[in-house]
Parts: sequence; C-alpha cells; structure tokens
Amino acid sequence: MRKKWKWSYLYLGLMILLMYLPIVIVVVFSFNESRLSASFTGFSLKWYQALAADRDLKEALMNSILLGAASCLLSAVIGTLGAVGMARVKYRSKGMMEYLSTIPIMIPEIILGMVFLVFFSLLDLPFGMTTLILAHTTFCIPYIFMMVKARLVGIDKSLEEAALDLGATPVRAFFDITIPLIAPAILSGSLLAFAMSFDDVVISIFVNGPRLNTLPVKVYAQLKTGVTPEINALCTVILLVIVLVLGISALAGRRSQKQNHGE
Amino acid sequence: MSETLLELKNIKKSFGTTDVLNGIRLSISRGEFITFLGASGCGKTTTLRIIAGLEKPDEGQVLLEGKDVTDLEPHQRDVNTVFQNYALFPHMNVEANVGYGLKIRKVPKSEIRHRVTDMLKLVQLDGYEKRMPSELSGGQKQRVAIARALINSPKLLLLDEPLGALDLKLRRAMQTELKRLQKKLGITFLYITHDQEEAINMSDRIVVMREGKFEQTGTPDEIYNHPKTSYVADFVGNANIIRGTVHSIRDGEVLVETENQIVKAAAVPGIRQGQSVTLAVRRENIRVCKEDQEGLDAVLEDKSFQAGQLHMTLKLGSGKEITVSRYGMDTGLVQGEKVRISWNPEHAVFVNLAQEA
Repeated sequence: MRKKWKWSYLYLGLMILLMYLPIVIVVVFSFNESRLSASFTGFSLKWYQALAADRDLKEALMNSILLGAASCLLSAVIGTLGAVGMARVKYRSKGMMEYLSTIPIMIPEIILGMVFLVFFSLLDLPFGMTTLILAHTTFCIPYIFMMVKARLVGIDKSLEEAALDLGATPVRAFFDITIPLIAPAILSGSLLAFAMSFDDVVISIFVNGPRLNTLPVKVYAQLKTGVTPEINALCTVILLVIVLVLGISALAGRRSQKQNHGE
Repeated sequence: MSETLLELKNIKKSFGTTDVLNGIRLSISRGEFITFLGASGCGKTTTLRIIAGLEKPDEGQVLLEGKDVTDLEPHQRDVNTVFQNYALFPHMNVEANVGYGLKIRKVPKSEIRHRVTDMLKLVQLDGYEKRMPSELSGGQKQRVAIARALINSPKLLLLDEPLGALDLKLRRAMQTELKRLQKKLGITFLYITHDQEEAINMSDRIVVMREGKFEQTGTPDEIYNHPKTSYVADFVGNANIIRGTVHSIRDGEVLVETENQIVKAAAVPGIRQGQSVTLAVRRENIRVCKEDQEGLDAVLEDKSFQAGQLHMTLKLGSGKEITVSRYGMDTGLVQGEKVRISWNPEHAVFVNLAQEA
C-alpha cells in the first residue's frame, strides 16, 4: 500500500509541475510591472488597463462570446434531439450512428479545419461569423450528445410511460418529464461546449475569414510579435472565464447525479 | 357476475421470434379484483401493458366497456397503471405527482389541491404534499403511486407487482390496504403478481398464467383447492404431483395404483378404471407416520425449518421426492428412517384430467 502512495505522489507532482506551474507563471506575470518576463519587478495592474483600452481585443472578445453562445445553443438543440431520438430507436445500426455522432471529437482539429475550409468555399459561403458558427456547432454537438445520452441511460423509461398513462400526449410527456430530467445534462454539456468553442484556435483560423477575429485567434496572432504582459493578462482573463464556466458545469452535473440517485 | 368492463379477445403478441402471448381471452367484470398470477416471463406484464396501451398486440382486440380500444394511445384510455418501480416523477413533489393527471385534464388549480389532499388522506399520507419522492420510504412511494393513479377515477386500475420491492411485513399491510381501497372506491383492480399468497389473499378471481396462456381461471378457493392442472397445483399450492393408474372405484373413493401400492382419492365424475391419472396433494395435507401404519413406503431424506414450518423431504421407492410440511414441533423421526405417508382421500385432487381423458 505504501509503495502505491508514493507513486500517486509522483503523479501529483508531475501534474502540478507540467500543467499548473506554467499557468501560475502566466497569471503571476500578468501582474508584473516590467515588460520583460524574465523577472518579477513589482505588482501592477497596468497590463489589465492596457487590455481594457484595447478596442481590437474587446471586439474579439465579443465575437468569441457571441460565437460560443450561438454554437452552444444550436448544438444543445441538435445534440439533445439526437440523443433522445437515439435512445428510442432500436436499429441495428444504432451503435454505428452513435459512433458517427461523436466522431468530430476524435478527428484532429487541423483536419476538421481543413475540411470546413474546403467545404465552405465549395458552397461559396462568405467566411465570417456564419461559417464560424457552423463549424463550432459541429464540433460542439458531440459534447452535448454524450452528456445527454449518459443522463438518459439513468432515467427510468417507465417515467415517461407513467405520464402517458396519466393522460399526457407524447409531446407533453417529453416536455413535462424528459426535458426537466435531462436539463442538468443539457446545461453542463452546453457549458462544456461553450468552453470548447471559446478557446478554439485551430478550426477558427481556417474558417474565420480575413476580417473577423475571435479572442484566441487574436492571442495567437499577437504571439507572432512577441509575448507581452498584455497577453498574460488576457490569458488570465480567459482562464478565469473558462474556470467559471467549467465550475458551473460541474455543479450542474453533480445536481443531475443527485437527482438520479434520489429515484 | 355483473356487467363486463374489459374484454380481451384472442390477444397474440410476440417479440422477435418469441411468442409471449398465445391467444388470450378474458372478460373482467366491473368492480372485480382480478389477479394475474404467474412466474416471471409468463407474459403477465405484457398483457397489462397491452391493456394500458403501452404495447400493441399483434392480433386480437381489447374492448373497454364494449368499445374497441386496441388502437387507442395510452393517454386516450380510461385506464391507469401503478408501475412496478413506482415511476414517481423525481423532479416533482408529492402534490404535483398526484395531481399530474388532473393538471393534464385542465382541472382548476384549487380543485386539484383539494382532491390531492383528499386522496393523500385516503392513502394515509396527509401532510406529505411538499415532500420530494427521494424523501419517501418504499411504502410511502407506493402509496403515492397508487394515489396518483386513483385520483383520475379510472375505470380500471392496473397494478404491476406493486408490492414486489417491499419487505414482508409492509407487504402484508399494503395487501389489506389495497383491498380496503378497492372495496371503498369500487374501482376494478387488475393485479399482477408472482406471489401465490398475495393472489389468494386479495383477489376475487385469479388467472394463473403460464407461457403466454391462461392455465386456469377461478376464485382463490377453486385455484387453491381444486387445481385443474399439475402446474397450478404446484405453483399455487406447492403440491406434490403423483402419477398412477386407476385401480378401482368404490364408495365414492378412487383407488390409485402408484409405486406398486394403492393410494386413495375422492371420486370425481368421469374417472374410468385403468385410466392413467395425476394426483396433486399439498404438502401440509400429507401425514408422515411410523412403519406400522398404513400408507406409501418412504424414507426420510432431510428435515429443515423454513418460515416456522417443518419441511421434510421423503423419497419413495421409485426415487421420487415428496415434500411434506407442517407447523409445530419436530416429529421425532430421524434421517434415513423408514416411514409411511398417507392423506385423506379428499385432499388428493385429480389434475390434468382434460389432457389425460
């Protein structure tokens, strides 16, 4: 037993060192007074002030929020319908279809980006917000699909039957019973999808068009001119947003589980 | 019997290549407490789901008050169900659960509240309106499920093994309570169970199901004391099945030859000499005595106490096993001892007559 303990400490140490130390450094240096990220010379909020004054960045932020919201809303509807529908059919090809629905997560992003670029230009779609939303919706669907599917497995089929038996039409039973029960899963799936959309660079670069920037794309572009503490500040802000979103998502997930156990 | 409420006409159903129901016919009278009794997988739940409309039969008709409802959806039928696992809506409190059927029928809110309160009083759960299902015990959930179905005053209430998950003591109490509710409300109950004791305690009429067919339909007394087939005798009465041939008939007694010995049974019309017959004798009706008495030769194989009863396993000369049970003290017999077993003629019932005639 003791030996295993040591191994788990090693794992923890590696995790902290590789994942969290760089993050902490970025956060710390966003408060650095000096322009050089070589040494910490004093506490300052001036990079945050610079960030707030940067109109390009603010526009990029608004784009990212709009994109995240739109694609997570669209994918929430499509992913939920997909999962609910899939739970009801008994095709032999069901497993295959479920697999196909989750494939966008498994395909390398660079390939997905390429594919979207080629496909959208073939369709002659103007690159911009529309293409971004289409692309992001596509890779967001699997997150919601999987979350809702997992939740549906835990829901007793006789609940909906009970509603039908008590006089509800199938549509009514769906909205009265199924939707409230899978709502936590839809919510946590949507938040995850939002987080994924909000920090996506690779796919966005392919489909954003010449004039439109999302926040991560903007960050990436600025890196070419060197890392400024302003970028550190921006990363800290993005991190904060993602942590908040994931935190809410985890809370929603826990509530959904609790309800599940309560049955 | 009074007027017919529900009629099943030649219902057939199969899932894939398995036939679940093979042409079921039945009519249920208004106000009746009828029980489908059978082992799991005999098709009783499928029958219930067909009546509720949750399953469509492949063939046959379901008539409710003479109207064909076979193709109606569940929400279009005046039938409510108490599900096996209660199926309470976990996101609604007790009041919302019980009032759900009324809410759908657009009954005014104040009336819903009033009727829910009354209904909860009826199932002895007054004051539980605001509780969530997860805060209720199994017995309480069961009461809520029953209230939720009964509040709609259905013409027929279907109950799918509703007491299966409760412990024995609670189950007994709920049996009495269900029977009381049924009498009080006068609603027809169709009850499903695999527990013969439950069926006998509660029902006006029992339908014994086996492999998608009705094996025997009758009052608890008919099913228990006059089983028609060896399956019913065994499943309902835990009877021993003894095969033999009719040796002779005299003075209202039939002498049956089995194990090269003679046993007695009460005469029934239509029995002929030389006919092969099957006798069912319930375990508690068999006497075990010392070798100096009259009866079938047997050897005591095993003794055990189960649920306050002494169970004895005996082996006949041919190796056939007989189970005997009795309340009370040990008999003083020891394992391996040679004994004789006997019974009163009226306790031996001829079964499978229809097949063997």
